[in-house]
Amino acid sequence: MRFGVVRFPGSCDDVDALLACQRVPGASAQLLWHGDADLHGVEAVVIPGGFSYGDYLRVGAIARFSPVMESVIRFAEAGGLVLGICNGFQVLCEAGLLPGALLPNVNRRFICRQVNVEVVRARMPFSADMADGEVLSIPVKHTSGRYYAPAAVLESLEADGQIVLRYAHDANPNGSSNDIAGVTNAAGNVFGLMPHPEHAVEPLSGSVDGLKIFTSMAHAHG
Amino acid sequence: MPTVEQAVALGLTPGEYELIVEKIGRQPNAVELAVFSLMWSEHCAYKHSKKLLRSLPTEGPRLALGPGENAGAVDVGDGWVVAFKVESHNHPSAVEPFQGAATGVGGILRDIFAIGARPIAILDSLRFGEPSSPRSRYLLDHAVGGIGHYGNSVGVPTIGGEVYFEGPYEQNCLVNAMALGLARADSLIRSAATGIGNALVLFGASTGRDGIGGASVLASAELGAGDDDKRPTVQVGDPFAEKKLLECSLELLERGLLVALQDLGAAGLSSSSAEMASKGEVGLDVDVARVPLREAGMEPWEIMVSESQERMLCVVEPSQLDELLAVCEKWEVDASAIGAVTDTRALRVFVGDEIVGEMPVPALVDDCPLYDLTVEPPAAGLYPAPPPVLVADASPQEVLLALIAAPNIASRLPLFEQYDSLVQSRTVRRPEQADAAVLALPETPRGIAVSIDGSGRRVACDPYTGAIEAVLECTANLACAGAEPLGLTNCLNFGNPEKPHIAWQLTEAIRGLGDACRAFDVPVVGGNVSLYNESSDGPIYPTPVVGIVGELPDVARAGRSGFTRAGDAVALAGPFAPSLPGSELAKLRGDELPAGLAQIDVAAVRTAQQAIRDAVRAGELSSAHDVAEGGLLVAVAESCLGGAIGATIEVGAGDELMQTLFGESLGSGFVVSGSQDALRRLGERVSLDILGTVGGESLVLTSSELLIDVTLDELRAAHGALAPLFA
Repeated sequence: MRFGVVRFPGSCDDVDALLACQRVPGASAQLLWHGDADLHGVEAVVIPGGFSYGDYLRVGAIARFSPVMESVIRFAEAGGLVLGICNGFQVLCEAGLLPGALLPNVNRRFICRQVNVEVVRARMPFSADMADGEVLSIPVKHTSGRYYAPAAVLESLEADGQIVLRYAHDANPNGSSNDIAGVTNAAGNVFGLMPHPEHAVEPLSGSVDGLKIFTSMAHAHG
Repeated sequence: MPTVEQAVALGLTPGEYELIVEKIGRQPNAVELAVFSLMWSEHCAYKHSKKLLRSLPTEGPRLALGPGENAGAVDVGDGWVVAFKVESHNHPSAVEPFQGAATGVGGILRDIFAIGARPIAILDSLRFGEPSSPRSRYLLDHAVGGIGHYGNSVGVPTIGGEVYFEGPYEQNCLVNAMALGLARADSLIRSAATGIGNALVLFGASTGRDGIGGASVLASAELGAGDDDKRPTVQVGDPFAEKKLLECSLELLERGLLVALQDLGAAGLSSSSAEMASKGEVGLDVDVARVPLREAGMEPWEIMVSESQERMLCVVEPSQLDELLAVCEKWEVDASAIGAVTDTRALRVFVGDEIVGEMPVPALVDDCPLYDLTVEPPAAGLYPAPPPVLVADASPQEVLLALIAAPNIASRLPLFEQYDSLVQSRTVRRPEQADAAVLALPETPRGIAVSIDGSGRRVACDPYTGAIEAVLECTANLACAGAEPLGLTNCLNFGNPEKPHIAWQLTEAIRGLGDACRAFDVPVVGGNVSLYNESSDGPIYPTPVVGIVGELPDVARAGRSGFTRAGDAVALAGPFAPSLPGSELAKLRGDELPAGLAQIDVAAVRTAQQAIRDAVRAGELSSAHDVAEGGLLVAVAESCLGGAIGATIEVGAGDELMQTLFGESLGSGFVVSGSQDALRRLGERVSLDILGTVGGESLVLTSSELLIDVTLDELRAAHGALAPLFA
């Protein structure tokens, strides 16, 4: 599996994501410069956390127009695996690859906290190595992580099984609708989540649960 | 030509003005006077502190870069060095807390990457008035917001810090930011401009009218009425610009394109160019017409002293200029060649071909007069007694719950959760998991630990002993994490040194710092002095803030502060000699500050800290936590809360019960837990009393009778007292 991790000038967790990908047995990973439309033949794309282009306008609003994102959108439409973490999730929503939007947290503050998330739907491309109902310990760190979608969209997400991760009981840090922590597109090949799985891959950090998302991608790819 | 009155308005004394005239052989023009007024300000020239600072030890076996560069550094092995420095941004934060704190973080980060190190961590040391005051809550909320806004956006984790709330900081809050960076020892870069004919390149943000006179008018004078008018002297930060500047600078360095690198901080282009020329013993020509500006019509002197943020200055060989500009373009960082290195030993300012200022570099950098202080201990009652909030006959349980909820002791998580403590994937101990933050180093099992501390109230009681305690508290924190101290940085926050009692505080505190550093063989690698921290209410508590970096051989064995295992024994270790005067309990009772603290046997404390450190490193202890504010029982309660498990302990009955439970002696006592055997082995090296056992859902204390029985939920509720401040 060859992972590509997008690097915007304001990406913060790009190297963290790169290191997480490299922990997957047999996988390699490289950075993809935002100004370069060439995806260099990678087999999965990770859009990492951070502040892409500063995000002074609206989180992820400008990144969506970058050369690399034009290519990522085509890659996703062709069925390629795309993972958006935190700011990456925000960018994917802005790009229309995922439903909904990420609004400012209910307390309007940045929150950095280890939270429990529950696997709602295992055996998907991004949850292949998980079991339904399994609880993962993964940190969140964001100011705009409150997942929002109109009621009708939420209903169809629930009905179609697009919700992969939910904050565990009493663990919703930001006021997300239906406790949603991570959703896929209808086809299941694009996944966005607010928790940072790349910060739960090293035993010294206290949890390795996040690694399962990266290994799942490798297994899904085959 | 400007008059002497105008020089005085810029912060110079008439005598200093005369000296400038003598040094340059004529009256300075407006550009030259503006530059001199900044270069000879307290903030840039340390004219009231430099002589004292020379008494601090600056040599050590692990020193990689001592004072004098943008930051100091220590050797952490395998060719890696850790750079670090703490700096104040007090007066800007008192005037505009969000941007003041944000740009404080930005400034200290630039100091780190200016020497070629990648910033890997931020810590903050904050002081405000009591949270019962609306102004203090406003300052706290916005300063924390500003720190988070900048640090989180720039991708550097904020891994620790501390905050105290005391009345004397009500008008003059303190915001000190510390940063750490990681570099290969052989890739550090200096700031000395060299190579006659080399180009001087300014890169980063454009230059505007923000922060004009920040170092002189704002940072080097007491706060007073009408300071809201000084808001234009506060800079505005742009962390996205800093992020690009950081990556761009490190790429330039990696490609070998830089001869010298320097950040633009206080006094902007003036001090950065003068410092680079001074270190390289060269001259510099600067053409302000080539400086990219934010607004039209800026005067040459404004361009020279602007403190616009996110700018760097470098020296590059002419043949490499194009490649340098290309790297800047890749990172969307504006760059402009604004001058050249000369052999004139002068800083010459041009507008195109016209010369508008010419100043000898040594006059700017070395010739500012250094003042001897008139030193006199203060009369009693310099600081009013704090308002009492606890009755004198409160029971031990009432005292414990009051202390654990006191602003200086309550959980800091409501602040820390607003900072990204994880980015860069090095964090092994997050805030409140251990007494010190712990980071893993690349390609090795080793790691570093870092702590920052300094209780101003204790220093107000006794500047000499209080300053020693600040060092011991930091080294104690490191010992509990299993780390050995390698180097120290400090930020000396004091009042007006021209007043003899403030001069006495400063002199005594520096003497204490020096003695503690020598006793621990820890060099001072750099720091910062912030004076004139006074308002109409009087001076702040004298506040030397100490930051220490240490190393651990095995981060997997980094210590924890919380109890971890039911059935473990709990003990108090160390030469702990608690006393109540000057303690947090004395504050809650509204006691006057004592004139003097109990003396400390520093050598005995060092021996005890070594024993604790060795035990942690050997994996012998389940937890180790130093006894700090609030004394023994608060430390036990914190270990219960940290591990979400209770404890049952017993102390001897006696007249001194309250002193035993709540007395303080910072840095010398440790609450440890582990097996009976492990604690017995530790007891062979350090005095140690078994207190009881870990377990249950409550903290239970008996003496001759049951004194305390509180559930973890009750403790947790009390400890969460700061959360409503951020609701």
